[in-house]
Amino acid sequence: MTVAVPDQAPGRALAEAVDIRDAQVRLGGRQVWSHVSLRVQPGEFVAVLGPNGVGKSTLLQVVLGLLKVSAGEVSVLGRPPGETNERIGFLPQRRTFDSSVRVRGLDVVRLGLDGHRWGLPLPGTGSRRAAAKVAELVELVGASAYAGRPIGQLSGGEQQRLLIAQALARDPQLLLLDEPLDSLDLPNQGAVAGLVSRLCRERGVAVVMVAHDVNPILPYLDLVTYLAPAGTATGTPAEVIPTETLSRLYGIPMEVLSTSDGRLVVVGQPDAPAHHSNRHEQP
Amino acid sequence: MNQPGWNPVADLQQMWALPFMVNAYRAGTVLALLAGLVGFLMVTRRQAFAGHTLSAVGFPGAAGATWLGVPAALGYFGFCVAAALTIAAAPSSARLRFSEENALVGTVQAFALACGYLFVVLYHGVLGGTTALLFGSFLGVTAGQVTTLAVLAVVLLAVLAAIGRPLLFASLDPQAARASGVPVRALDVVFLVLLAATAAEVVQITGALMVFTLLVLPPAAARELTCRPAAGLALSVVLALLVTWVALGVAYYSPYPIGFWLSSIAFGTYLLARATRAVRDRVPA
Repeated sequence: MTVAVPDQAPGRALAEAVDIRDAQVRLGGRQVWSHVSLRVQPGEFVAVLGPNGVGKSTLLQVVLGLLKVSAGEVSVLGRPPGETNERIGFLPQRRTFDSSVRVRGLDVVRLGLDGHRWGLPLPGTGSRRAAAKVAELVELVGASAYAGRPIGQLSGGEQQRLLIAQALARDPQLLLLDEPLDSLDLPNQGAVAGLVSRLCRERGVAVVMVAHDVNPILPYLDLVTYLAPAGTATGTPAEVIPTETLSRLYGIPMEVLSTSDGRLVVVGQPDAPAHHSNRHEQP
Repeated sequence: MNQPGWNPVADLQQMWALPFMVNAYRAGTVLALLAGLVGFLMVTRRQAFAGHTLSAVGFPGAAGATWLGVPAALGYFGFCVAAALTIAAAPSSARLRFSEENALVGTVQAFALACGYLFVVLYHGVLGGTTALLFGSFLGVTAGQVTTLAVLAVVLLAVLAAIGRPLLFASLDPQAARASGVPVRALDVVFLVLLAATAAEVVQITGALMVFTLLVLPPAAARELTCRPAAGLALSVVLALLVTWVALGVAYYSPYPIGFWLSSIAFGTYLLARATRAVRDRVPA
């Protein structure tokens, strides 16, 4: 097990953003997965792939300390999970606001900044600084044009950008994104993937993105982790993505093609429901 | 029935020369303030049905207290808070919660109303105040009642101020709130109890069936007019106060009951707010 190194000055070599070693999770007596290992360095962009129901969201719950592992070691930003959540930005899965939600995008972003604080916000410099921070975040994700509108009236892609801004509100060192490209159209998938990659490069944020379609993020990834009930396979996209590895992991035929500009494309049905488990009943 | 003159100042002076009208205005102001704020969060959380049930529970609460010969306030708070805790005990699997909650809330309401009827019958039918229990007794408020209402309102508003921001976060975005360390489940319970206490307080004056006029309509109208949470809260209170004050004044000079005016004016305000939004949505900003 690694010694938890408290991070002192920025720029110094920090503790791993995520360090999971040989972990196992049981939910309601059922083993979700075991022998899972995942190491993410600061500034790395890592995708967690795997069939539906294999426990990808569960993995993020473990990193957030909302779920305990039944075996193995977990450390997050150099501390036990749950102790560093104020330095983690989290984008939960499939979250959309329906048209009846009459709250501005700006307010939703603001909740990420100080929504967890007790008491009333006092008007004054603190409040002005918060408003400036929210405006900066909205600008960063390119949502300035519509952030003042009720979030329920925005498209899925627009909502997703604002939710990413919310997750970034407290300048996290680790960003956990649960299928952020789900239900977005192709141009928006590319735009959001590019945005996340830019944050990763420019701000040194470690990103763990759960995805079931690897293609939109493939050009940006440092590492790919495939999650299966019996363990993980981790490596660079070029190492892990060979056809046989994929087919074995998913249990269905997969093909990896190379496009004319040298990009890899995974074909097959990585998002086909391999088995429907109780993913919606997770606490 | 009183005839209004042509001098509004003299009319107001005449009305406020009567202690029972002064008390009605004081009580109405406290209730509007409380209902405007708590109601706004209730509407945002889509718990209007729970709010309705917690208000309806005031009826068996009061009827039971009268039957047993204990103070009515005890019955109101006892029953309302007990109902809130029953509803809060519903399993809170985030995704399923609201649909399961609705079924449970309906059950609680039906059972509560049946109990209320039973208590009325057990009291041997001469529970003269049944109309007041259902439709309120704005004009019979005593100075002592006003003080009690105000003290309780201060306590409830202090709690609301302390938990307001995380509560809004948990209401709009429970998963992200939970990851940020907001105790979402605990806030669910605290808010339901707060809603129950508010309902118990308002019910005593407006009656079990008229609570909703203050708890739902002003917040719903405010939400049509603004999508800023702080402005919405403020507007909700302002509308609740206006509706209450105007309704009391109009009722004083008319032969029709206060409950009728309260709900009609509140409903009119809501329609106006909707119309305003419809016009505003059509005209691009």
